[in-house]
Amino acid sequence: MNKGTRGYSRRRVSPIYRSWGDFIFSTILLMLGASIIFLAIAMAWVLWREGSPSIRRHGFFGFLMGSTWDPVGGVHGARPFITGTLITSFSSLLIAFIPAVSAAVISAEYAPSWLARIIDTLIDLLAAIPSVVIGIWGIFVFAPFMRDRIYLPLSFWAADHAPRLLPALGNPVSYNLTTAVIVLSFMIIPYITALTRDAIHLVPKDQREAAWALGATRWEVIRLAVLPYARGGIAAGAVLSLARAVGETMAVAMLIGNANNLPFRLFQPATTMPAVIVNEFREAVEQMHYASLMAVGLYLFIIAFIVNLAAASIQKRLSVGGRML
Amino acid sequence: MHYAQTEVYAEDPKEQVLHLERKEDDSAGEESASAADRILRMETQNLSVYYQEVRGVDRVDMPVYADRVTALIGPSGCGKTTFLRSLNRMHDLTKGARVTGKALLDGKDIYAPGQDPILVRRKIGMVFQKPNPFPTMSIYDNVSSGLRLAGIRKRSILDEAVEYSLTHAALWNEVKDRLKSHAFSLSGGQQQRLCIARALAVEPEVILMDEPTSSLDPKGTASIEELITMLKEEVTIIMVTHNMHQAMRISDYTAFFYLGSLIEFGRTKQIFTHPREEKTEEYVGGQFG
Ligand SMILES: Nc1ncnc2c1ncn2[C@@H]1O[C@H](COP(=O)(O)OP(=O)(O)OP(=O)(O)O)[C@@H](O)[C@H]1O
Ligand SMILES: [Mg+2]
Repeated sequence: MNKGTRGYSRRRVSPIYRSWGDFIFSTILLMLGASIIFLAIAMAWVLWREGSPSIRRHGFFGFLMGSTWDPVGGVHGARPFITGTLITSFSSLLIAFIPAVSAAVISAEYAPSWLARIIDTLIDLLAAIPSVVIGIWGIFVFAPFMRDRIYLPLSFWAADHAPRLLPALGNPVSYNLTTAVIVLSFMIIPYITALTRDAIHLVPKDQREAAWALGATRWEVIRLAVLPYARGGIAAGAVLSLARAVGETMAVAMLIGNANNLPFRLFQPATTMPAVIVNEFREAVEQMHYASLMAVGLYLFIIAFIVNLAAASIQKRLSVGGRML
Repeated sequence: MHYAQTEVYAEDPKEQVLHLERKEDDSAGEESASAADRILRMETQNLSVYYQEVRGVDRVDMPVYADRVTALIGPSGCGKTTFLRSLNRMHDLTKGARVTGKALLDGKDIYAPGQDPILVRRKIGMVFQKPNPFPTMSIYDNVSSGLRLAGIRKRSILDEAVEYSLTHAALWNEVKDRLKSHAFSLSGGQQQRLCIARALAVEPEVILMDEPTSSLDPKGTASIEELITMLKEEVTIIMVTHNMHQAMRISDYTAFFYLGSLIEFGRTKQIFTHPREEKTEEYVGGQFG
């Protein structure tokens, strides 16, 4: 080492820097971190305060289970919205999961690098489309197409050949549960794909080589070494995408038709928690109506919170070195 | 090269065992040792490996004798790993890597057109520097993974193979009561023996080992070394090592590599006591590397 740097590295550090540097740095970090947590708690508290008149009147579970939503009559039950949210989010995850994971496997394992780049860019682009734009596309392109090509023909066919199905299908219209679910699954595919791709990239080289050295083919390497190792990340990605589907508002509100009459039918309008909030908050002049929308917000907050916790715990349990091992 | 005329390839593995049982020539360690009972398992001819245009291994001719341990030694970066991985076509998977020349297994070039690299790797197994069991699988499933890949589903066959391989990897007694527990619950040395068992299960003819003990503590190292000396009764082993003492303890033949070239190949005793090449002498004498 030359004398110049040694001179610097041996210089006395100011005592304030030495004894307070760490303290100040960690305090600032702690305060920033705590403020985020504080913000979340404050938000939950406001939702509770504003929503509690309605929850008090209907009861915590009464509000949850009540299926009448009548702002004029002052009766509020969130069951249609909660049902709609659960149905749309889980169905869209079910539809999106396998195509999304396949896309990730193709991009990470099979495709030559130029093709992988194209796939990745397309996927990222899909994730970047604002949901209102997807909603517009759904309204003008996708929903009419589905009505003409799928809903109507299927309903006619069912009327002739399988009348038993008719109650499940309902009266076919463009904006309905199925349209919303399919568009929602388009919207979460890029998330699952990106998170799966990251999880696959994290699989160590020696795991793949272990499989290669046993005489595995390309697909067998993926099945034996890659997917099992990445499963924690993949599962967490799926659950995080579920959280996104739960909270997705604009596109769903535009396409689901917004009708809160249970039971929902495949080709008939339905609704979700975010959809009812965005549709009704302008008209919520009644105190009880306003409180009920806030309460729906609170329940949505709780569901999202639980889903995120579940994602974290699944990742921990399934990932390599986790408790399931 | 000088050894080339004296070698024979056995047609039938059983026959080789007979040959080998008859032979006892560990004494002199010179080329004069009876020629007929040296059986070639593998042989490289003019084998080079390129990374892009850089030559990592340079025109190597080397024999690998059946049911013997061959150690590859040499300073870091001299191409030992590169050479080893060319012996079961692992370079097929490395972008930009290219192999020229021949690598014969039982007289047949594994790089010949029409040779399926998948089958080559089933005949020539590999054990890596860091133990790499499949972490989501049980001990049983790890050991049987190669057989299941080969399409064997029958429980009794798998059971038998798992017990056989674990026994031969000197691990059976330690794990026989917990075959269903996860591979990561084992110690480092046990994991490495598990990886050896996994490689043994498909009954390879050759096992390649790249510094198999370098991530283990002395106890784990000792158990692997002991295992290797036992294993050579039934499988040919080629092993990279940085540890001269280890090479001396467990190998029958030693190959010294330097800057991508094979400088000297011979009986281990000869390499360490009477090296023919100056470079070898300097290296084993600890003067460089
Ligand atoms: N994937 C690769 N791409 C390009 N060059 C490589 C690659 N792998 C190895 N090399 C180069 O090839 C040469 C031989 O490397 P190799 O890993 O075979 O050495 P080694 O003898 O195994 O060394 P060590 O004892 O440190 O493991 C080195 O110069 C290295 O930089
Ligand atoms: Mg190496």
